[in-house]
Amino acid sequence: MTARNTHETEIIVDPDLPLVRIIREFDAPPEKVFRAHIEPELFAQWNGPRRHRMETDHFDCRTGGSYRYRLVSEGVEAGFYGSFHEVRPSKLIVQTFTYAGEPDGVALERIVFEDLGNGRTRLTATSLVDSFEGRDAFVATGMEVGVREGYERLDDLLAR
Amino acid sequence: MSADPLSQVFSALADPTRRDMVARLAIGDATVTELAEPYDVTIQAVSKHLKVLEHAGLITRRRDAQRRPVHLEADVFELMTRWIERYRSLAEDRFRRLDDLLLDMSDDPGPTQPSEQTEKGTAS
Repeated sequence: MTARNTHETEIIVDPDLPLVRIIREFDAPPEKVFRAHIEPELFAQWNGPRRHRMETDHFDCRTGGSYRYRLVSEGVEAGFYGSFHEVRPSKLIVQTFTYAGEPDGVALERIVFEDLGNGRTRLTATSLVDSFEGRDAFVATGMEVGVREGYERLDDLLAR
Repeated sequence: MSADPLSQVFSALADPTRRDMVARLAIGDATVTELAEPYDVTIQAVSKHLKVLEHAGLITRRRDAQRRPVHLEADVFELMTRWIERYRSLAEDRFRRLDDLLLDMSDDPGPTQPSEQTEKGTAS
């Protein structure tokens, strides 16, 4: 636990476009943050929700490459795959993202690594989908994983 | 997960006129006629928008008063904000792990990264 480097994660849920934007700063240079995204062994160490294990089928993070991995928790697994559209060292990753359970759905993700100097990086990850329903399902995905009471509480509230 | 409550709330708010109406209702209850005033639309069109908002649970129509004022259900809003906050905290969880990993990582790129050198030193 390093109390010093706890930066706030900012989430922007755009009302006019079906996108979600996540902004976060890191106390590490862009080269390092970028490596943590493109090297599968490193990526697996932090990707996915808590108490999930990431199992990589393949992960070829370069322009024109693709990936496929599964998040496993207590015997239940969810597959994800996509293509790397553009990979620019320490600067940018543009990729598609599909949940295998819903193969018709795809998000276009753009991850920008911004050098803030003094060994710091601002990461901006934007996920764009093709409908508001898709975006909302995307935001709701977080709830699906371990925090179902969100749904239930909203159900209760709406049922009143 | 079709027609889940959150999607209904979000899609009800995806329309700018409906967002406007909600903003107006945040100030206080209003009748359909009052809500229609700022727009160049028919009462029927306003009623249609209200139906969507009502279906999503964002508004209710009072029965007690004859004018049947429209009332904003602030709780649903607050809950939505909390949902987004949950999403945020999940992302935060993930990034804390990335923080830790970045501290553990050595500064030089590992041998597993051949593609990175190609653009090293590229001016930008």
